Amino acid sequence: MDAIADAFGLVFEPYVLLVILLSAAYGLFVGAIPGLTATMATALLVPVTFFMPPVPAVAAIVTATAMAIFSGDIPAALLRMPGTPASAAYADEAYLMTRKGQAETALGAGLVFSVLGGIFGVLVLSLAAPALAEVALNFSSFEYFWLVMLGFTCAIFIAGKDPVKGIVSLLIGLMISVVGLENPAGAPRYTFGNAEMMGGIPLIPLMIGMFAVSEILRYAAVVAKPVMATERPFGNVFAGMWTLIRKYPVQLFRGSALGTAVGALPGAGADIAAWMAYAMSKRFSKEPQKFGTGHVEGIVESGAANNSALGGAWIPALVFGIPGDSITAIAIGVLYLKGMNPGPTLFVNNPQNIYAVFIVFFLAQLLMLPLGWMAIKAAKRILHIPASVLMPLILLFCVVGSFAINNSLFGVSVMLIAGIVGFCMERWGFPVAPTILGVVLGTMLEEHFFSSLIKADGHFLVFFERPIAGTLGVLCLLIWLWPVARMLRRRAAA
Amino acid sequence: MQRVDRWVGLGLATLALAVLWSARSFPDVPGQKLGAAFLPMIVGVGLLLCGLALVVRSFRGSAYAEAEAEAQATPEVEEHFGSAVVIVGAVLAYILLSERIGFLLIAPLCLVAVFLALRVRWKTAGLCAIGGTLLVHVAFYKLLRVPLPWGPLTPFY
Repeated sequence: MDAIADAFGLVFEPYVLLVILLSAAYGLFVGAIPGLTATMATALLVPVTFFMPPVPAVAAIVTATAMAIFSGDIPAALLRMPGTPASAAYADEAYLMTRKGQAETALGAGLVFSVLGGIFGVLVLSLAAPALAEVALNFSSFEYFWLVMLGFTCAIFIAGKDPVKGIVSLLIGLMISVVGLENPAGAPRYTFGNAEMMGGIPLIPLMIGMFAVSEILRYAAVVAKPVMATERPFGNVFAGMWTLIRKYPVQLFRGSALGTAVGALPGAGADIAAWMAYAMSKRFSKEPQKFGTGHVEGIVESGAANNSALGGAWIPALVFGIPGDSITAIAIGVLYLKGMNPGPTLFVNNPQNIYAVFIVFFLAQLLMLPLGWMAIKAAKRILHIPASVLMPLILLFCVVGSFAINNSLFGVSVMLIAGIVGFCMERWGFPVAPTILGVVLGTMLEEHFFSSLIKADGHFLVFFERPIAGTLGVLCLLIWLWPVARMLRRRAAA
Repeated sequence: MQRVDRWVGLGLATLALAVLWSARSFPDVPGQKLGAAFLPMIVGVGLLLCGLALVVRSFRGSAYAEAEAEAQATPEVEEHFGSAVVIVGAVLAYILLSERIGFLLIAPLCLVAVFLALRVRWKTAGLCAIGGTLLVHVAFYKLLRVPLPWGPLTPFY
């Protein structure tokens, strides 16, 4: 109980509240500009959070991402351009609603169901994470090894259409994590005699490159001219929302539950949650023929899903140090920088910090109603800011931010290369999420593998002897063998 | 996409061979049969297999039928790779020159180049470049105390 009181004390401090408010405004703004994603918002925040104490640093990330995922709906509805990939699933639907004169309902549903889905995700997070942490306290290197493997497997098979390209992405991530001195043998690997490479590839500049610089390059290379769907002023966006909640309670619950679950799976985040929820909504709908004509049902379900995914993604991130999506991958980097190393012991040693994160999450969702409403009111003014003026300024911010992490130009070089690689990967159909997972978890994988190996003393079956490790291991093997079995069965049938 | 996959596959396979070749010299963990070479070896073998798989697949059109149909359904968009190249060039220039000529001189120059590449008008570009540089300078140098280089402006420091 003391920890919870402490947590309230940590959050309800003028400095932290100001950080929350500013990052909310920042998140809403970044999310509303097409081409600037929620992950980019996080990556750009890191250099600033670098100079903050742990709680406000995490609060800034949590608030900004929650807001950005909602405000991505605004340009989706008005320009048919999703502000963040998480709104892409229902951008057409929302745009068609705007064309039919229902902009208020489209945006209002986006806002209200984002908040409700978000709260659902946070509830699950604050109930499940401490309980899971209790279990995880007994985990040994075997369990962690299989958890990491399961994370990789999810990222490849769930997150991408093309498993071969998913595996390549993961391997590239692992390759990046290999660089440096940090390995069981303590040998320099792929450092090319460079002193800065000895410490490994710095994570934050890498993320800024992959998620922000690549986005700027994409913006520069592909020219798209948006057309505003409506120029009239908006009425009351909350009108009719209560009716919608009563009409679609199942959709709301299903979307939120699916979103939280998908968010918790490593490598899959809000964008995939939204696509899956939209598809599920259509499939179980009583009026599937209305989907794709400007129908609100899909927006209700996937709007709730993408915000609940944010809370879900923090579950494995806090308990195991395994990121649930790209945003938490960056957040884990920040947690390490702040000495809040994720893992079950965090719940024992620093419970007040964990509870503070939960409180910030709730606060962010509640703040979203008034601030989101204001963002919708200001939408047209925000959308008239030309991105061509913003992008170069963001680029300068990326450069200086990457420099600031270690006060070294090496970070800027890493950022540039990562940006080019990220840009090429996207063009050539390679998903970025598995790469990030590989980079973040590579060292952990190697460490747990070698400590397990020493404990097993050459007997590979020991990897399966403990009950939870065995279950996780068998689950991994089944998922790997599934495509092979299916192929063999098809051949046999043919 | 088919041709891209073929070249990327070949590139990956080459990279994999280089990784495998260099991993031979990594030492083992004392008392174990495996060591620092283990993960690079796994990565190398994996990349080699995936690279070859991409090359083989790129010779079979059937794997791309769906993607082709999708590509034809989406409208063509104008592409300006020149602008992206200018952005890369500007960051490179920053990396190479910032220590020598200082943040306050290199940043506006890079910004103007990028603004113009994105077809922003001269006047706006100039004003935003100066304003943006000063803003970032105040935020990072003054408030966050990041030691941005001064270059020849050091006497004014």
